[in-house]
Amino acid sequence: MSFEINGKVYETDEEGYLVNLSEWNEDAAKHLAVEEKIELTDQHWEVINFLREYYNDYQIAPAVRVLTKAIGKKLGPEKGNSKYLYELFPYGPAKQACKIAGLPKPTGCI
Amino acid sequence: MAKAEFEVPSYRKLPTIPALKEGATAHVKPYVADAAVQDALGYPGELVEDWHDKAIGRMGELLDKYRSLRVYLDACVHCGACTDKCHYFLGSADPKNMPVARQELMRKVYRRYFTLPGKLFPGLVGAADLTKDVLDDWFTYFHQCSECRRCSVFCPYGIDTAEITMAAREILNTVGYGMKYTNQILGKVLKIGNNLGLPGPALEDTLQGLEEDIEMDTGVAVKMPLDVQGAEILFVTPSADFFSEPHVESLIGYAKVFHAAGASWTLSTHASEAGNFGLFNGSYEQMRKVAMRIREAALELGVKRIVVGECGHAWRVIYSMWNTLIGVGAGGTDPFAIELQKQLDPRFKQPMHICEYTHDLIQRGVLKLDKSANDHRVVTFHDSCNVARASRMGDVPGGQFTIPRDIVKATCNNFVDMDQDTIHEKTFCCGGGGGVLTDEVLEIRVKGALPRMEALNKVVENNKVNFMATICAICKAQFTKVLPFYGFDMGMVGGVHQLVSDAIVLGDKE
Repeated sequence: MSFEINGKVYETDEEGYLVNLSEWNEDAAKHLAVEEKIELTDQHWEVINFLREYYNDYQIAPAVRVLTKAIGKKLGPEKGNSKYLYELFPYGPAKQACKIAGLPKPTGCI
Repeated sequence: MAKAEFEVPSYRKLPTIPALKEGATAHVKPYVADAAVQDALGYPGELVEDWHDKAIGRMGELLDKYRSLRVYLDACVHCGACTDKCHYFLGSADPKNMPVARQELMRKVYRRYFTLPGKLFPGLVGAADLTKDVLDDWFTYFHQCSECRRCSVFCPYGIDTAEITMAAREILNTVGYGMKYTNQILGKVLKIGNNLGLPGPALEDTLQGLEEDIEMDTGVAVKMPLDVQGAEILFVTPSADFFSEPHVESLIGYAKVFHAAGASWTLSTHASEAGNFGLFNGSYEQMRKVAMRIREAALELGVKRIVVGECGHAWRVIYSMWNTLIGVGAGGTDPFAIELQKQLDPRFKQPMHICEYTHDLIQRGVLKLDKSANDHRVVTFHDSCNVARASRMGDVPGGQFTIPRDIVKATCNNFVDMDQDTIHEKTFCCGGGGGVLTDEVLEIRVKGALPRMEALNKVVENNKVNFMATICAICKAQFTKVLPFYGFDMGMVGGVHQLVSDAIVLGDKE
């Protein structure tokens, strides 16, 4: 599977996650968000950027607690909880936000 | 909440058997594992050309190796006692999800190739060739079984139907027709050390963050030690406990219990996973590879005890199979078993479940628990299938039912059990066990949750239950996902040690 933006082809797996993580860019993120029926706002980008930074450092998406804490520090304690993240990414912050951020899907007993 | 693209079953007025809907969930199947995933486990990357002969050959090997499998395939008299005991059948009404019919997918092939009447007169004895359609049916319906073994409880012959599912999955893997979710996860354990693929530095960072959180909440410096050489206890837990909600709340609970007990304990990066998906695949070799990491960590760290966190199938593997897999447990007299036995402290159960550990502390009055901290909750307990039907806790039969409940009751004032036919050994699977916990089969997960949701709904309506405690990472993840389909809040599910965490009064706080 794949999608194309401005002549560039992005390969995805059967669940729509990017196969080559290095290909990710903002255009790809916007396309992936549309597929997920999400309109990206600045708040979404805060999460996406944090996910990418964390992934660069640790080669894994952050644990939900790590993410909520980081968002809470950045955007205020009232937003540092998973309820807020589910409002932004209704299918679950770990899986849906990772997809848009171009990260591999976290799997396990989660 | 994502909207369902399929019909969520409605509660039945009476627990009647649904009218059959042929092929109702024939379209629900997991993704097939690709070559990279298969290669990592040593299976062929795609369906091999001579799949028919290979599959029959592997079946023959399994029949020779496991006499139980042959007995289970021979013994069924099609009495039908199991038909309405399966949550996937009750929720989907697909006749191939009746346990007897699901097993028949393999039994008819067994008869054709391994019994005399089947070889001579296949039509007379319901024997059938292994065709590609049959193999596809195996892939579909043996992945609509969570190996929960509820049907086996009601089988007058004691046929362990999960063994048949496991054998089918092993044969599918052998011919290159594996399932992505389970096999990808097994690959991650072998490469990185846990189901999530959480590398050491990420684990260390996560634990540090949690220590900060606990100290901020309680004012007490509760530690989550990692790779501590010479610690007394090696604690092994599902990696979801590090990563997910509500799992992490139980992890915090374990740490508080160890703190209150003044225990010397450690987690391990090498053995950062209690779960063992090798069981789901019915592969002794995979199961052993995953389990060996825990032996290696125990020997390397020089621990005296091994304690295990809230994980259902892990506890089955650990309680029932670790003695032969990796030499932990009583009885082994071979050099392999003796090496670890002489290191472990014989005064304690080896291995021990965290519920046994906490229960003992409660009984001895070591833990101070303030039940009123959970007064906003009316709690029920969901027995996880592998704990309930394939293991035990404590020293008396049924300890696996009473010990977790005793802990729950020690942490809250309001406890209610669900319908007697849906708890203890008759518990219903959450709907996500055995490798079914993957998004592409969400439909069968939601449908399979029906019987548990019906029982839950009853205590919600009659007793105002608002919290369902469980001791399994898969149950927690599955319920978090499916509860909203039935109109419940996803925060209604959590761990037993989440309740402990909220009730415990840490000594140095006073």
